[in-house]
Amino acid sequence: MASYSTNEFRGGLKLLLDGDPVSILENELVKPGKGQAFNRVKLRNLKTGRMIERTFKSNESVEAADVVDVDMEFSYNDGEFWYFMDPNTFEQIAAGEAAMVDAGKWLKGQELCTVTLWDGAPLTVTAPNFVELKVTETDPGLKGDTAQGGTKPATLESGAVVKVPLFVEIGEVLKVDTRSGEYVSRVKE
Amino acid sequence: MSPASKNDWMPSASLQTLKQRARMLQSIRAFFAARHLLEVETPVLSRAAITDPHLHSFRTRYLQQSLYLQTSPEFFMKRLLAAGSGDIYQVCKVFRDDEQGSNHHPEFSMLEWYRQGFDHHALMDEMEQLLKGLMLDAGQGWQAPVRLSYRQAFLDVLAVDPLTATAADLEQLAIAQQIEIPIGMDDASKDSWLDWLMTQAIAPSFSKQGFTFLYDYPASQAALARISHKDPRVAHRFELFFAELELANGFYELTDAEEQAQRFAVENQQRVAMALPAMPVDECLLDALVAGLPDCSGVAIGLDRLLMVLLGVATVHDTLSFSLEKD
Repeated sequence: MASYSTNEFRGGLKLLLDGDPVSILENELVKPGKGQAFNRVKLRNLKTGRMIERTFKSNESVEAADVVDVDMEFSYNDGEFWYFMDPNTFEQIAAGEAAMVDAGKWLKGQELCTVTLWDGAPLTVTAPNFVELKVTETDPGLKGDTAQGGTKPATLESGAVVKVPLFVEIGEVLKVDTRSGEYVSRVKE
Repeated sequence: MSPASKNDWMPSASLQTLKQRARMLQSIRAFFAARHLLEVETPVLSRAAITDPHLHSFRTRYLQQSLYLQTSPEFFMKRLLAAGSGDIYQVCKVFRDDEQGSNHHPEFSMLEWYRQGFDHHALMDEMEQLLKGLMLDAGQGWQAPVRLSYRQAFLDVLAVDPLTATAADLEQLAIAQQIEIPIGMDDASKDSWLDWLMTQAIAPSFSKQGFTFLYDYPASQAALARISHKDPRVAHRFELFFAELELANGFYELTDAEEQAQRFAVENQQRVAMALPAMPVDECLLDALVAGLPDCSGVAIGLDRLLMVLLGVATVHDTLSFSLEKD
């Protein structure tokens, strides 16, 4: 089993902690002067997304997690699984709902997503930073009102609900930032 | 870490900070010139290296041999003392692998000096004078440093005697005090537990506005200090802190060549047990001790951290002209 010593710790390294895969965010050496050092580490649990802080006695070995990111294209959702295809090998994988918590609502098909695999199985799927989606439902737009502030909810074709300016109408295509969930602009077709 | 940008060539520290650094160095040199200490330079590269299992030396190559970048100039400076240099000081760069974070940088500036005929308390007295001048010059307040023994600090804060407690006692104490226990402490030595409690309970109890000297460390943490005649359970080693930031380490120096050789051997055995390479022992230092190191005390201060204190900045990277960890 592969493992890392604390002196190999750096941002992005994937470890196995209490049976869960985690990714190192920050690593800080704690030392009382001379003598034993400790590594205070900020980590993200890749299953739950939760941030945790743990301390390791320096020079300890920690088991590595076999976690890799692969770019894959979203094909379709059969109601139970979400299917992705590797555009180079055409290999298909199926991701369950747990992996789709963040990304699912932004996908309609053909988006190139980052699929994080743990021991070969999908752990999480990350949508592209920006997606373009059609508005399927929103209150009627206010004609000519392009300057004033104010927002209203709009439902997009993928099912996501975002806050949009008052002038947006059903049928328009919007550019949305999936990281913040915020409206960016209208897209001229 | 932010993506690479066009401004990456810029210094990490402000120009104002760099001027303060120059002023600090001038003050230090004036302080020692007035006391007739000789400024020396010694090699950064050495065939021998420190055996301390908790210090990691960078290794490089020259012709067919390994050379190590110094983690401190101590061994060469002691050879000068043994050769009759008299009192000496040095400002230099030192290098330590595997040290990262807001208070660490793999290369940093060190001030190290040696005083013949001084015990560790006399050297702490002199350090107080240097620090007072630097603090007042930087426009900071000054209060006399607190000076307390390692044992007293543990008795005051944790009500435990660090000289008699066992590793199991210290583990129980950590649990009772609800102190976080790091991963990998299952088979930790007593010294590892003491070091952990130092970072979690003792150092955080120090005055937030001033300096603290902690002296007479357990003999098992003597490093290069002599063992006390009065109480052989302690060594005449001391550390300086500002709030909980460690700034300096000093010794009433061990002068016994045989005991020094023994400590090197024990540390190399510890390294092997920790799956670390044994380091080439400095035989020239041992020969110098045989020839005779004068009775003396010495101390090393991290100058970048001292500048953090003088300027009140948050990380060591703010004091460096160019930090590897610029963000």
